[in-house]
Amino acid sequence: MFPQLIDTRPWRRAVDDGLNWVVRHWGGTFEAAAHPLLMLLKAIEDLLIATPWWLIIAVLTGIAWLATRRWPLPAVVFAALMFLGIMDLWKDAMTTMALMITATLAAILVSIPVGVWMSRSLRIRQIFAPILDLMQTLPSFVYLIPTVMIFGPGKIPAVIATIVYAAPPLVRLTDLGLRSVDPAVLEASRAFGTNPRQRLFGVQIPLALPTILAGINQTTMMALSMVVIASMIGAGGLGYQVLQGIGRLEVSRGLFAGLGIVALAIIFDRITQAFGRQLQARIGMQEAR
Amino acid sequence: MSDISVKPDLAIAMRGVTKIFGPDPEGALALLRAGKSKTEVQAETNHVVGLDNVSLDIAAGQIFVVMGLSGSGKSTLIRHVNRLIEPTAGEILVHGDDVLKMSLDQLRTYRRTKVAMVFQKFGLLPHRSVIDNVAYGLEVRGVGRKERLETAAKWIETVGLAGYEHSRTRQLSGGQQQRVGLARALSMDSDIILMDEAFSALDPLIRSGMQDQLITLQKSLNKTILFITHDFDEALKIGDRIAVLKDGALQQEGKPEDIVLRPANEHIEEFVREVNKARAIHVRSIMERGATEPCEQSVSMDARCEDVLPLFAEHQWVGVVDGEGQQIGRVTAKQVIKALARHTPGVG
Ligand SMILES: Nc1ncnc2c1ncn2[C@@H]1O[C@H](COP(=O)(O)OP(=O)(O)OP(=O)(O)O)[C@@H](O)[C@H]1O
Ligand SMILES: [Mg+2]
Repeated sequence: MFPQLIDTRPWRRAVDDGLNWVVRHWGGTFEAAAHPLLMLLKAIEDLLIATPWWLIIAVLTGIAWLATRRWPLPAVVFAALMFLGIMDLWKDAMTTMALMITATLAAILVSIPVGVWMSRSLRIRQIFAPILDLMQTLPSFVYLIPTVMIFGPGKIPAVIATIVYAAPPLVRLTDLGLRSVDPAVLEASRAFGTNPRQRLFGVQIPLALPTILAGINQTTMMALSMVVIASMIGAGGLGYQVLQGIGRLEVSRGLFAGLGIVALAIIFDRITQAFGRQLQARIGMQEAR
Repeated sequence: MSDISVKPDLAIAMRGVTKIFGPDPEGALALLRAGKSKTEVQAETNHVVGLDNVSLDIAAGQIFVVMGLSGSGKSTLIRHVNRLIEPTAGEILVHGDDVLKMSLDQLRTYRRTKVAMVFQKFGLLPHRSVIDNVAYGLEVRGVGRKERLETAAKWIETVGLAGYEHSRTRQLSGGQQQRVGLARALSMDSDIILMDEAFSALDPLIRSGMQDQLITLQKSLNKTILFITHDFDEALKIGDRIAVLKDGALQQEGKPEDIVLRPANEHIEEFVREVNKARAIHVRSIMERGATEPCEQSVSMDARCEDVLPLFAEHQWVGVVDGEGQQIGRVTAKQVIKALARHTPGVG
């Protein structure tokens, strides 16, 4: 046994008490701060559920067609959506999709500015890199519990936990994409008298867009991989079906709901990837250097 | 170095410009000032000497060529003019303004209006079409869309890329991309144009055409062009004056003939040996001045030795006339042969 060098119980108590104090005094403030997130989630969810199923299929299949201009991807998307409908998973799938879209949107809103900031300063990168590592490797239950304590069980902690888990790759890839822009192009832009803002929006972001899109793709995938855990604290949706299947030892229910998550993953993965390829081809990176 | 007295027709003046690449340039600078060479400084401190105490006066309205081998510091030098690189020491004046004292805002205005640059590595924007690339400088300057696209279209045509306006730059060949970069700089219509190996990716035919075009353009618009090349023939063809760099240090600066006829050191002699001297030397620099008996055959004072050589098949000597047709001197075959033979090893 490792000898007890110091008594760590006071530390633990301090952390627990601190959290309780935060919950008591700041719980309301946090909840109010997260309210817009809840509104966004509700709006997206209501919209997806209110939209007739055939319209959603038509829109997503259409997007898949726009992304590739060939038939295989729209066919896959169509089949995946039909599977969700036939298996009686439609409503749960929409709830899960809403959670994923909300988390992804919020992650984009936060990650891209942070990525931009990181790409500009070595110091900022040194500060954020370990935080991102922590966010990705810390078991999600660890931060799930405090979030539930602060916000109470429900959709908000589920969305927040999903964001925490899914945002890091987007931050990293935004930073990477911006930093790998050809310095010769940036220098030319500088030589024509551009200011930093013009270079960021006119050169760096457009050229980093394929990489940023790859980050968005990763974020959607990671958000989907969180849905089962998220449903433990009240996110509902396909994850909840999986949980129930496990709880009642109904293997079929868990299996089909699980396959439903896979179907959603395939849809969003393939569509975002196809857009990334399209963008890359437009910039002509494929035959680059 | 407080010598700010600048002749009014001086476009660019560099005074003792030194650039050292590395984390502690001051330390390496001290070594360099103590007389160590580029190689020694690099060996001792691991700092690269980009430019070593370069002073140049570039008069307005001429093509000034900077020559040197790969790694001699040509690109480093040209980047100092629009301050893409900050020197470790020295002064840079452009039309009398100290470039290094400009605030960020002044510097941006200066780059938007006074200098345009063609890059060795092109530096085109791959997400934009050719015409939007060419119009980029004008866009940054704030010129309206219609006007800048018109200007861009004109220059795309001039560089021979008509029909490619809406292509992506990555779809073009290297030489075509270089011409896009050229058009982008020329469409700025700035007083000073910086050209870093602007013709290096072109095939000989187009290259020769572009050189002629550049000379014509310079004459008609009276621009100041700082042109970088590692090709001595090109330097001799287009340069009003030529400076030769080696290891970041200026070796010689002068008119093309000065360099061909009186190379300052062995390094320059090596260049001169390879070159077609008959093309480099103007007849006016070797002619016998003064009025002589009327001549049967005459050439202009801008003619070069290669132009008069065939005439000696028929004539003993050839007259040289100025712009108004007035005879100002004459050359004989003997003089020409002497000039061409002078610095050939083993003979001179
Ligand atoms: N950013 C930099 N960091 C460190 N060293 C540099 C940097 N830029 C240039 N150098 C060094 O400065 C020297 C001059 O480089 P420069 O690019 O000016 O050469 P050049 O004459 O333009 O050559 P080329 O004909 O190959 O283009 C080289 O030794 C190079 O290694
Ligand atoms: Mg160079």
